[in-house]
Amino acid sequence: MHEFERRFGELVIQYRWLVIIACLLLVGFMASGAKHLSMTTNYRVFFSEDNPQRMAFEALENTYTKNDNVMFVIAPEDGNVFSKKVMEAVYELTEKSWQVPYSSRVDSLTNYQHTEAEGDDLLVEDLVEDPALLTEERLAYIRQVAVNEPLLRHRLVSDRAHVTAVNVTVQLPGINEATETPEVVAFTRNLAAEIEAKYPFIKIYMTGMVMMNNSFSEASQNDMKTLVPLSFLIMMVMLLLMLRGFAGTALTMVVIILSVIAAMGAGGHIGYPITPPSATAPTIILTVAIANSVHVLVTFYHYMREGMDKIAAMIESMRVNLQPVFLTSLTTSIGFMSMNFSDVPPFNHLGNMVAIGVMMSFVLAVTFLPAVISLLPVKVRVHHEKGDRLMLSIGNFVVNNRRKLLPGMTLLVVVLVSFLPRNELNDVFLEYFDETIQFRNDTDFTVKNLTGMYLIDFSVESAEPGGISNPEFLQEVEDFANWFREQPETLHVNVFTDIMKRLNRNLHGDNDAMYKLPDERNLSAQYLLMYEMSLPYGLDLNNQINVDKSATRMVVTLRTLSTNQMIALEKRSSQWLQENAEFIKAAAASGPTMMFAHIGKRNIISMLAGTTIALIMISMILIIALRSFKLGLTSMVPNLVPAAMGFGIWGMLVGEVGLALSVVTSMTLGIVVDDTVHFMSKYQRARRESGLNSEQAVRYAFTSVGRALLTTSVVLIAGFLVLALSSFKLNSGMGLLTALVIALALIADFLLLPPLLMKLEEKSNEKDTAVAPAS
Amino acid sequence: MKKTPLLLLLLSITTSYAWALTAEEKGLQIAQKADRLDSGWGDQKQSMEMILRNKQGQESRRQIRGRSLEVIGDGDKALSIFDSPADVKGTAFLSFTHVNEPDDQWLYLPALKRVKRIASKNKSGPFMGSEFAFEDMSSQEVDKYTYKWLRDEQLDGKDVYVIERVPVDKHSGYTRQIVWGDREIYHPLKVEFYDRKNALLKTLVLFDYKQYLGKYWRPDRMEMTNHQNGKSTTLLFTDYVFNNGFSDRDFDRNSLKRAR
Repeated sequence: MHEFERRFGELVIQYRWLVIIACLLLVGFMASGAKHLSMTTNYRVFFSEDNPQRMAFEALENTYTKNDNVMFVIAPEDGNVFSKKVMEAVYELTEKSWQVPYSSRVDSLTNYQHTEAEGDDLLVEDLVEDPALLTEERLAYIRQVAVNEPLLRHRLVSDRAHVTAVNVTVQLPGINEATETPEVVAFTRNLAAEIEAKYPFIKIYMTGMVMMNNSFSEASQNDMKTLVPLSFLIMMVMLLLMLRGFAGTALTMVVIILSVIAAMGAGGHIGYPITPPSATAPTIILTVAIANSVHVLVTFYHYMREGMDKIAAMIESMRVNLQPVFLTSLTTSIGFMSMNFSDVPPFNHLGNMVAIGVMMSFVLAVTFLPAVISLLPVKVRVHHEKGDRLMLSIGNFVVNNRRKLLPGMTLLVVVLVSFLPRNELNDVFLEYFDETIQFRNDTDFTVKNLTGMYLIDFSVESAEPGGISNPEFLQEVEDFANWFREQPETLHVNVFTDIMKRLNRNLHGDNDAMYKLPDERNLSAQYLLMYEMSLPYGLDLNNQINVDKSATRMVVTLRTLSTNQMIALEKRSSQWLQENAEFIKAAAASGPTMMFAHIGKRNIISMLAGTTIALIMISMILIIALRSFKLGLTSMVPNLVPAAMGFGIWGMLVGEVGLALSVVTSMTLGIVVDDTVHFMSKYQRARRESGLNSEQAVRYAFTSVGRALLTTSVVLIAGFLVLALSSFKLNSGMGLLTALVIALALIADFLLLPPLLMKLEEKSNEKDTAVAPAS
Repeated sequence: MKKTPLLLLLLSITTSYAWALTAEEKGLQIAQKADRLDSGWGDQKQSMEMILRNKQGQESRRQIRGRSLEVIGDGDKALSIFDSPADVKGTAFLSFTHVNEPDDQWLYLPALKRVKRIASKNKSGPFMGSEFAFEDMSSQEVDKYTYKWLRDEQLDGKDVYVIERVPVDKHSGYTRQIVWGDREIYHPLKVEFYDRKNALLKTLVLFDYKQYLGKYWRPDRMEMTNHQNGKSTTLLFTDYVFNNGFSDRDFDRNSLKRAR
């Protein structure tokens, strides 16, 4: 029995120097990949290349232009945008914004291309040509033009005229994503500071897609800087309490640090970017992998206290632990690797990096750790440990109350699970960032005062070249835009028909009665030709008209909405199109907001498959490891119930699950299964090797692994609670729910699993006592 | 065409003086020589096909006929007649390029049966939705830029001069352009356009120059690629005809309506 394990332990000790050097070389090689790691600064990383919403949006961007932006929102302290001094600030900011790296377009009140009729001329000029020449009269005129212009109101100026914006469109080449976005952000922040210093009566807020992208890396960096050290500290304290020795604690920390470095480096080799989810990998590896070393060391100290010498104690510890530590590492890795089913690449990366880290910590815990220990002077006081009184009393309590506990726990589970449907799949991606991230505050200000961050892009298609000049098509586009304007969610609609109406008025001597769509196709086409010839560099219409003029881009700006509200609005809009569109041949909603709206559901569906496969694999491993079909299947109860209970409690208290939580089930599955493995293997050993009946076996399991389960669960809960402090909601939600599920798993393993085992074995008890125990 | 001082003209003929000139003087000299070699053509007409492509691979074509009249002492006059797409057929565009003031531009809109003047200082936007700005297509006058000779080198086996030119007009969309010019015929083979923040925006490559009237070189094809948005535009020229006997009367507001 355990011949292989003992031989393995002996070999490790025999070739300890070789083992240490080989381990360090392996870690060194894996860690060398760290140089490829870079912070991602693009929200697109959350969407796989074949995500349909992403593909639709990229097709739209390739048809028109990319519209990633930085928006400067300017709030004058006197609450009036239309004063000479504020216009001077806007003018200067506009001019300087052309210098923003990768900028392709700058839109503001001052460079808005105002059109006017001048006799038979079409005058196209900047709304503010020279702010120094502005008179009160002209300011009043500009105000009246701006707040009545559908292109500007609720986009670049508020209707109360108390805030205005300068919007900078950038075309990031995407060659070096890690540097491009920070470059733009650094430049624009400096620019904003410079303008604020020169014009102290204005305050500038910064939002837009580029700022959001940058916030992803800021959130990751925050987590790396604060959460990782905090979790190290907590783990160190925990280790000191558990191992009661500095040498063991220090050595365990070394093993964990090497595992983290190796895993992150391996991620770099594979080419993973650092995203807020994958930035949690060090904390998770630290938390999950600590158990491997702890098991080896605890057993080792135990045998030394029993009087064994150092080498013998270590070989014995290896003999006892090699298999269970391998099994738990394997099941944990499978749980994390099931995240590969996720439609969200950062979760794939996180899952794989953690799996690598866990397997690495297993390898190091059974090679490097014993090899180093064998070289260190280790002294313990020899004494025979007393039985664990606390665990024995819990064991007795469970055995004595098993007939009440089983239905009681079952009822609790049923009640909690009944709250599960109260969870609604819902996300507000803007709220992924908490208030410690500047972008969130600035965006909240912008949404409250000026315009939204949530956009739907439509490529409204006529399906014939030049079709955008067809009056019937234009009319439908306008109706569609007007329908959106009536929706309570809508803040602004940017639509080409407004330009057409304005041109029609201009070319009829600014006659207000002609502020309507041209009624003839050639007329629209020729207006458009004329207007396009009058526009300056960077302010053209190529961002909203495609090359063969068969389609136009319509952008709807919305309040901050949840994914459910977004999807509902999308449904209503396609319903409208279905009922009303005849000349609009296609108008699919796309854009980052739509991508985020769909990702939660897509991810849950993809994770269902992942979780199922992980569950099947883990159950099979347990059946093989326990060499019992019955016990293997029984293990599914304490493996699955905690997640179901966790989501039930979540449904009761929170009620909303988003992208973050859709990975929790499979992730916790691999973790909670460890407790089950340890408990059941001890139970089974007691039954088979010592021939105890099920009540005695339960008591044995409690006294032998109960405390270990308790302490490892506390470690895990503490580690994941650290994640709950993340400024990135995906991580904090995931951390919180995972901690909850792990706590519930401990309760299930202590209070539900033993009564269930005893119940299942009631009938076979009498039979078994007669037969010699199998070995 | 702008007259150049006689002295400079004489100087530029004697290229052996080149070594004694500053890079700026040498650049100007090259521009003047190119201008001189291409003056005296009088008038011309040609057909043009414009092919627009976006990053998604979609294409769109437009047909435009052009007529131009050489103007001594100022920019040239040009008339463009749009033949397709059908909904702008018959639209005619008249422009007088000027060196030191905004160009004059008129458009005849057949659907409105009116000639409209485009009163805008800023005409650096795209021409018909293409990657060509009007300023890329209008006549290239010496005084529209300041120059600097950079180097001589080879481009695709041809001897070329490389000069940098900076637009004088503050409404230009560019900070500078780099021109690779053929040292035999003094016409550009490649031009790089740098945007307001001095980043490479577009590259123009000119192909298949042919000689007309034994003297004037015209390209058959131009390819403009926008590096920032991934779009491109091809211009294909055919049917160059010189000596059409055009006069100022063929390039005034009334001629716009008659243009077919």
